[in-house]
Order: sequence, then C-alpha cells, then structure tokens
Amino acid sequence: MSKESQIHPYHRPDLEFKSSSLSVPVLVLGTNDLSVIEQQLLLKIKQAPDFFRYSPLIIDLQELNKLDLNLDLTDVIAQLRKQDLLPIGIRGGTQEQNQAALKLGIPKMSAQSATASPQAKPVQKLPLEPEPEPEPVKNEAEATVTRVITQPVRSGQRIYSHGDLIVLAQVSAGAEIMAEGNIHVYNTLRGRALAGVQGDTEARIFCSDLQAELISIAGNYKISEDLDSSVRNKPVQIYLNELALIIKAL
Amino acid sequence: MARIIVVTSGKGGVGKTTTSAAIAMGLAKKGHKTAVIDFDVGLRNLDLILGCERRVVYDFVNVINGEASLNQALIKDKRCNQLYILPASQTRDKDALTVEGVGRVLEELSKDFKYIVCDSPAGIEKGAHLAMYFADDAFVVTNPEVSSVRDSDRMLGIMASKSKRAENNEEPIKEYLLLTRYSPERVKLGEMLSVEDVQEILSLHLLGVIPESKSVLNASNSGIPVILDDKSDAGQAYEDIVARYLGEDRPHRFIDEEKKGIFGKLFRSK
Repeated sequence: MSKESQIHPYHRPDLEFKSSSLSVPVLVLGTNDLSVIEQQLLLKIKQAPDFFRYSPLIIDLQELNKLDLNLDLTDVIAQLRKQDLLPIGIRGGTQEQNQAALKLGIPKMSAQSATASPQAKPVQKLPLEPEPEPEPVKNEAEATVTRVITQPVRSGQRIYSHGDLIVLAQVSAGAEIMAEGNIHVYNTLRGRALAGVQGDTEARIFCSDLQAELISIAGNYKISEDLDSSVRNKPVQIYLNELALIIKAL
Repeated sequence: MARIIVVTSGKGGVGKTTTSAAIAMGLAKKGHKTAVIDFDVGLRNLDLILGCERRVVYDFVNVINGEASLNQALIKDKRCNQLYILPASQTRDKDALTVEGVGRVLEELSKDFKYIVCDSPAGIEKGAHLAMYFADDAFVVTNPEVSSVRDSDRMLGIMASKSKRAENNEEPIKEYLLLTRYSPERVKLGEMLSVEDVQEILSLHLLGVIPESKSVLNASNSGIPVILDDKSDAGQAYEDIVARYLGEDRPHRFIDEEKKGIFGKLFRSK
C-alpha cells in the first residue's frame, strides 16, 4: 500500500491514520515539518476527540525514510503526547531512529506480520474496512482482556474492548460499544453494539433488554427498524448462523 | 472550600439560566454565601433574570484577562446580601475563556464563598465544557421531551469523561436531575414524557420537578428570580430543590395531576 501511494501521482496525505489488526492506530508520517504535523493532528483529533484521547499509537517512518527526510523523533513524540496520544512503538525506522526511540522508552515494531507471536490467529478483515491492512503488529497487548464497565455508557461515548466487553449499566441511545469478542450488557441496550469487530464470527451479544439502534457481529448488522417486536424489550442473545444474524429470547 | 455547582443541559431553552438564578438565590437565602457565574459569553442573560443588568460594569472576561479584580466585577444582589453575580461579557465570544483563567477565578472565589453556581451555555463546546470542568455537583436541567433527554445524556457522558475530576481520577461529579416545564396533564395525554420515562432513560437521581408555569416568564421579565415568588408553584418547586440539595427530606410535588390540579385551579382562578 505504501508502494502504491508512491507510484500514483495522487495527492498523498501528509498524515495517514490506519488501523492494524490490533486496532492500534498507525501514524504514517509523510512530512518532517513539525508545524504541519501539529496542525493536521489537531484537525484529525477534533473529528473524534474521544477516540484519539489517550489512544496508543505506532509511528511509521517508512514513507519518511523513503523520501530521505530527517526527523527529530523526540520532538514528534513530545508533540504526540501533548495531544494526549500515547506512542507505543515505531516501525520502518532507521537504526538511529530506532535507538533514539528506545531511549524514549518506545520499542521498535516489526513491520512484517511473520514474526508475530506463536498463538497468533489469522487476522480476518472487517467487511466494512475499505482497504486491506497486510501488516498485523503483535505485541504484549495481544492477550485478550475483558473490559468491565460499571458506569452508564452515555450518548456520544464509545467503548472498545480488545477482548470481551461486559457492561453492568445501561447503554444510552447514541452510544457505541465495540468488542473484538463477546458483548454482555446486564441492563438496557439502547445504543449500538458491535461484537467481533475484528471478524470473529463466533462472537455473541447478550443483553437483558434489547432496544438497540444497531447490533452487529463480525460486520453483519441489523438496525433497530429490522428488530422483530417479539425480541424487542426482552433479554436476548444474538449470534451468527451462516452469516445470518439470529436474535433469540433468553 | 466552596462547592462548585454547574447547571447544564446540552440543549438550549430548557431553563438553565432560570434554574441557576433560582438555585443561587435559594442557597443565599438559606444563609450560604453564594456566587453565580454566567458562562454564556456573548449571550449574556443571567443579569437580566436576576435584575441587575443596569449595574454591570466589569465582567467575567475582564477578570480572566486581569483587566478588573474579582471584587470590582462581582455584583451584590440588592435583595439578599449573601448573593453575588459575576456577569458574562456581551461583546466577546466563548474563546475568551481559558481553562487557566476560569480555574483561577473559581479558586479565588472558593476562598470566600460557600457555593459557586456556574450557569452553563447550551451546546457541548468550549463554554459548556469550561462551565462543567471544575464542578463538584451537576444539576442537569431536562425538559420532558426526547431531544432534551438525549442531549442531557450526551452532557452526562462528557462530564463523566472530560471533567477535571474524571481526568484526575477523582470521585466523579455528583449528578442530579431537574425536570423542568413539566405538565402532568400533558403527560397523561401522552404528549410528554413522564418523570419515570426520563429517569429510566437517564438513570439519574431526581432532585425535583418544576411545573410548567406562567410565573417563570413573569419572573424572568421582571428580573426577579422565580424562587422569590413563594406563591407560585415553580417558586415552591425550586425552594424544595434547594432544601433537598442541602440534605432536607422533602416529598416530591407537582408530579401528579391531582395535586397539580388543586394548585392549578388556585392559580388559574387568579
């Protein structure tokens, strides 16, 4: 993909946000101009402040090094942290850059997927994902973690879990909860719930009162309008059977 | 240390300023030294509702910019010597407010006052964000209709994640629900959400219900906080709310049509 953007004469964005198989945003630097970076970061963050705030981030220097642009990593990392982004790795850097990053406590990530951890599962693509992402980056965050939410998830809030997600309070209309594994809501589900967002077709959604705006498993979704009245306002489980979304009263 | 209360809603026109004025006056009348700050920079209204618009010299932005001292800008209420008003600037916009500036003003006020009431502007942008950022308690003003309820829900989410308390991992802001412009008759006809509906959607502690009342508009127009009109249902409802907030146990009123019916007839016959 990086090659493509080199060959095509299209305008190549100075910054690009891509998601890896871990859903860690990868920041591809296409410029070494700090002020441009800052400006564009601010713009990007403004679009989804909740999403970017304290988000882990991997810095990709491949493009930059192809262009032979020099970059002060220290400044970029300081800039990122200032915007509440938390760089957790760099990739595609030169030896010098890798060392500089290491000094700042930021490890080098392998740019290829082959070296991934032994129990790494094949990564499936979310059908909604517009472009293939061939480089899953594996690190210690691999272990599936269950996230437990005890406070109400309010309209406009987004919750993401790399493993299962358990919500003990209500999920309001206009809220969005996402999990790579299963979702349990032991209360009213009024917002959007997306389970198996990395393609796990075995993921399920459980809730004790179904009033959701949208439910989705591995990209197969149903909107509120399509929910049958026999399952609405009832405790249900939702799972995939031959790519069909089954909603069953509990 | 003062207790900082934000009166907020997300949606406009639901009664934030009316509530701010009433609550601040109520607390002051109970003998607590109270300051009320208008955060709606550019759309200054609180001074009108409190009837001190002709005494505004300096404003909140002047104090933040160091062009005036707090004492110069604070307006002492003529009816209650425990109440002070810090008006908004009408000639600036919300960008004139800064986290540091607001923090400094609140800190200085905290030394002297028992309660600080922050009247939030509508929306979820800078002004509203700064109004709630330093808060200890939040009065979420909601009308019994779906868009207001959803906006309140959004505001609650923002307070849960973007307030100073949330950022410092401290005990979260205490949230209270104030249901305003409530009309039991219209609830019965199915034209309005009921108290139970709103509470179910927001799952919030109900501090009180303010009935839809002509006295509110009258009070606003004459610059007298409605809580001073102790004959009006809305005034009594605010009085109850202040008492409940201060820990008194008072039964909820103005929720059922029967009770409202008696009051309603009384007032309508006037």
